[in-house]
Amino acid sequence: MPPTKHPSPSRSPIPGFGLTLGYTMIYLSLIVLVPLAGVFVKAAGLGLDGLWPILGSPRVLSALKLSFGTALIAAAINLVFGMLVAWVFVRYEFPGKRLFDATIDLPFALPTAVAGIALTALYAGNGWVGQFLEPLGIKVAFAPLGIVVALTFIGLPFVVRTVEPVLRDAEKELEEAAASLGATRWQTVRRVVFPAILPALLTGFALAFARGVGEYGSVIFIAGNLPHVSEIAPLLIVIKLEEYGYAGATAVAAAMLVISFALLLVINALQAWTNRYRTQRHVEPALPHPVLQGAGA
Amino acid sequence: MSPPIDHSLLDPPRLPFEPLLQRNAVITEQPWVRWLLTTAALAFLMVFLLLPLVSVFTEALRGGFKLYWESLKTPDALAAIRLTLTVAAIAVPLNLVFGVAAAWAVTKFEFRGKLFLITLIDLPFSVSPVVSGLIYVLMFGAQGWFGPWLAAHDIHIIFAVPGIVLATMFVTFPFIARELIPLMQEQGTDDEQAALSLGANGWQAFWHVTVPNIKWGLLYGVLLCNARAMGEFGAVSVVSGHIRGETNTMPLHVEILYNEYNFVAAFAVASLLAGLALITLALKSLLEARHGAELSASHRH
Repeated sequence: MPPTKHPSPSRSPIPGFGLTLGYTMIYLSLIVLVPLAGVFVKAAGLGLDGLWPILGSPRVLSALKLSFGTALIAAAINLVFGMLVAWVFVRYEFPGKRLFDATIDLPFALPTAVAGIALTALYAGNGWVGQFLEPLGIKVAFAPLGIVVALTFIGLPFVVRTVEPVLRDAEKELEEAAASLGATRWQTVRRVVFPAILPALLTGFALAFARGVGEYGSVIFIAGNLPHVSEIAPLLIVIKLEEYGYAGATAVAAAMLVISFALLLVINALQAWTNRYRTQRHVEPALPHPVLQGAGA
Repeated sequence: MSPPIDHSLLDPPRLPFEPLLQRNAVITEQPWVRWLLTTAALAFLMVFLLLPLVSVFTEALRGGFKLYWESLKTPDALAAIRLTLTVAAIAVPLNLVFGVAAAWAVTKFEFRGKLFLITLIDLPFSVSPVVSGLIYVLMFGAQGWFGPWLAAHDIHIIFAVPGIVLATMFVTFPFIARELIPLMQEQGTDDEQAALSLGANGWQAFWHVTVPNIKWGLLYGVLLCNARAMGEFGAVSVVSGHIRGETNTMPLHVEILYNEYNFVAAFAVASLLAGLALITLALKSLLEARHGAELSASHRH
């Protein structure tokens, strides 16, 4: 934020404060805040006695466990490969770099239902990839492993696009200094570069994880959706809703919202950490995450 | 090869160019390490990102062009395409107006709670798509808060087009505001103040000064907002009711066809959505390359 130029909006020479802020607040309330609050009001109406039996039921618990577990594994895979991809794209030159760079954003642009059926076709027993894995006894499609594959696809750009700008701005002089003081290349990378990009890495990890927990479209095709085995929490909400179990759907949704908001706080804290590090080094602060976006989840 | 230049002897002394720094041997890896890492990264991208994309088109064309064309020409598929276009044509402009208004309020003025307001605008990004649909079912569904009233007045929102538009508006809510806020923050208010001091009124300053300043950022936001609006699946699936030919958007139609084991038709409709994704990515890269300086800093390369 630049220093405050106008002590009070009413004294600003720029017109339109009341109009634009008023419109923003009304639109925001109608579309986002009131409907979201509705979930909590409805959940509160169930009371603790109504919520516990639903949230504590084995089917709900195993769905939540599955959603979190698979999202965590997928985010960890993306942490490693996202860093690798970011490193290669920032530091090295190779033919076709521009084209490959554009494909990194594919999971943001490709509707998730399309990603879901494409991944299922690839990893099914007769698919291009599945036919090689099946003889090895690795079952991906219609198993929890398939969920990990789908969430890895969805989450990759979050890590790459968060780490890239930080890696690009990292001062190469520090690395030269380390090298001139006798550090090996590996020592420099581990002790100088890695600490500098750690906050961004963790932010990307948290973003990929948060997205994975709520993901629906790409997962339901490949998961197999067996209760207690491969049924994710968002799908359980849909099933409960289809059975007119409004109370059950609301309870699970409220639990997921609370968790998402908690994750949002963690992500904001991580971003503040990343920005603090960057501003200390006289680099333009990274604005709050630009691309928490995706096509058709 | 020209002889190396001693940059410190130039007048004024200059630092070596960035590429020279990049090729500085002490701060890069051995060639074989570079080769290994690049190969691993590209192999990962190809298997995890490119292969699914290629498979969409091969599966769609498995039965030849004629069958592909036939599956796209069915009335249900055409209705789904029409509905998807309609929903995007309503949701995107509404979020565009909101995005511009929100960015104007947030970036041209200082007020308390501004950061909190930005967080609230971002909220839909952190909500699961299924929950995004559910919130409207709880409001307008048969058992929802307004359900009885809507039923009494014969107004259909859930399992009808208005519900689909609402759910789409929710999931694409932050896109344009998110793109404009950092951009307009950087641009500050100097240009508008100059216009105002020269006698322009507020609207003139907005149309003739602000809009030309933000047009590429605006286009960038609209592009991403539109891609998501046309591709949204989870939120729309909850509120749509899946009535063929009436409340089926393209992604939902893909699901129905797929669950009926009509794979060629499912992938044919999916290939249209994949084509949309490719066009979006191409335009996005073009904007970043051509007008990078007029986008928010995060998209400059």
